[in-house]
Amino acid sequence: MTTNDAAVQVRDLRKTYGQKNAVDGVSFDIRPGETFALLGPNGAGKSTTIEILEGYRSRTGGEVSVLGTDPAKGGLDWKARLGIVLQSTGETGLVTVAEQLRHFAGFYQNPRDVDEVIAAVGLEPQAKTRIAKLSGGQQRRVDVALGIIGRPELLFLDEPTTGFDPEARRQFWQVIRGLKAEGTTILLTTHYLDEAAQLADRAGVIAGGRLVDIGGIDEIGGADARVPLVRWRDRDGVLREERTDEPGRVVASVVASLGSEPADLEVIRPSLEDIYLQLVRSVDAAAQPEEVLA
Amino acid sequence: MSMATLGASRIGYETKTYFRSPDTLFFTFLFPFVMLAIFTAAFSAQGEVGPPGSQVSVGAYYLPGMIAAGILLTGVQNLAVDIAMEKSNGTLKRLGGTPLSPISYFLGKIGQVFVTGTLQAGLLILAGWLVLGIELPTEPEKWFTFGWVFVLGLVTCALVGIALSALPRSGKSATAVVIPMVLLLQFISGVYLQWNMLPSWLQDIASLFPLKWIAQGMRYVFLPEGWETLEQNGSWNLPGVAIALGIWLVVGLVLSRVTFRWIRRDA
Repeated sequence: MTTNDAAVQVRDLRKTYGQKNAVDGVSFDIRPGETFALLGPNGAGKSTTIEILEGYRSRTGGEVSVLGTDPAKGGLDWKARLGIVLQSTGETGLVTVAEQLRHFAGFYQNPRDVDEVIAAVGLEPQAKTRIAKLSGGQQRRVDVALGIIGRPELLFLDEPTTGFDPEARRQFWQVIRGLKAEGTTILLTTHYLDEAAQLADRAGVIAGGRLVDIGGIDEIGGADARVPLVRWRDRDGVLREERTDEPGRVVASVVASLGSEPADLEVIRPSLEDIYLQLVRSVDAAAQPEEVLA
Repeated sequence: MSMATLGASRIGYETKTYFRSPDTLFFTFLFPFVMLAIFTAAFSAQGEVGPPGSQVSVGAYYLPGMIAAGILLTGVQNLAVDIAMEKSNGTLKRLGGTPLSPISYFLGKIGQVFVTGTLQAGLLILAGWLVLGIELPTEPEKWFTFGWVFVLGLVTCALVGIALSALPRSGKSATAVVIPMVLLLQFISGVYLQWNMLPSWLQDIASLFPLKWIAQGMRYVFLPEGWETLEQNGSWNLPGVAIALGIWLVVGLVLSRVTFRWIRRDA
């Protein structure tokens, strides 16, 4: 495989702070046009990885190529092809939404239309409001708008919807789907697993600085993790559960044996969140002795 | 977009935000006006000051000092605090992820200092002339000197401010680190206290820093002949003004170049 095939190529990436391995041998590729979610608990190494790819941090070891360039050597032309939505910002916000976007649009060769971007992130009523006067969620939408104003080939979204209400998140997902349809490559980190399931084509799970799993959104965790679970209360009121590929048959046999409607009957298909939690827990359990010291 | 076009766009943006931040506006733009008013009101009862035959009103004496203080505040205090804040609140990190060149960023900062510094000096002179009835120099040579001392002083102070912004550990501590230095300098450089009343050892210390030289140049412009007897060595020493400011310009440029980062690396 050559470097140019992938929008992002990461090989054996390492980052050490003193004795601590924040990122410990992570490898993955992101294909052009793909949306890739990087999942993992706080402190797992997600943000360190993404900031190395964005060119903000140096790496201790490994090979990294972002749009064919080593981020440690990326110049202004390279930055012009990226869109970066950082995890947190606390700027003074003395300019209005429209002023800020118009100003940033001027940094790029072929920016998106300012009014269209404002409309896309749902801030039309606030276009002439100073950013400092917006709510946290609205300010976050300004961050997203600034990330896409330059028509990036590759968009980094580091926990983009933190602080959004459910409606705003769904609106945001529409914006991202629009970008995907235009062929934008997206690297997303998020704590909302439903968000990853909605938006991403593939996901990687990072825990303790290592990539513990990587694959399509409907493959991650392996086939076994997706086996449906049937749960009900037996005659004595005890909660019972059974993993099965034939939940209908199990439910039928439970009804037959009880002779009545079972209490609290559920058939659960594990969500991405259930699978993710299982993955992360198994890593935690394995790494316990060392992690306590860190 | 060329660096110059973007620099011009940054100047507009920086100037707009400068006038929208009340703290900065008061402590770096309006402060010399307030001090000029207070000193004039407080000491006017003493009558005219200065060597016999060259006496001027208290307001006329303080005007050049306040113009010099304005240059220092607009350059050093404004930029040192502003850039330290931008570093800590994520503004610089965001800009560092865009194709904006650091050169355009600094053109914006220095341009903002020029726009607001010129406005400040112009309004101070206008206020002195209209409100305090101060007689302004008429010789073209004096205004030429005003021009180069002003420009050289402002560029030097802007660069020193950029260099100094690397010092505060956080945005919150920026004002606490920067303002005392700037204030102290104003007291020992002949801005608030009459220069010739300071002991010579203090004058020697003040001579190590740029403000004393800017104030000296401005006194040459605005005070009548005869006042040079109250300067060090009894002379205006304009070549000394140029040399001292030139050295600080180079120091500021080198330190800015060496210390500036879009983000605190690996912090």
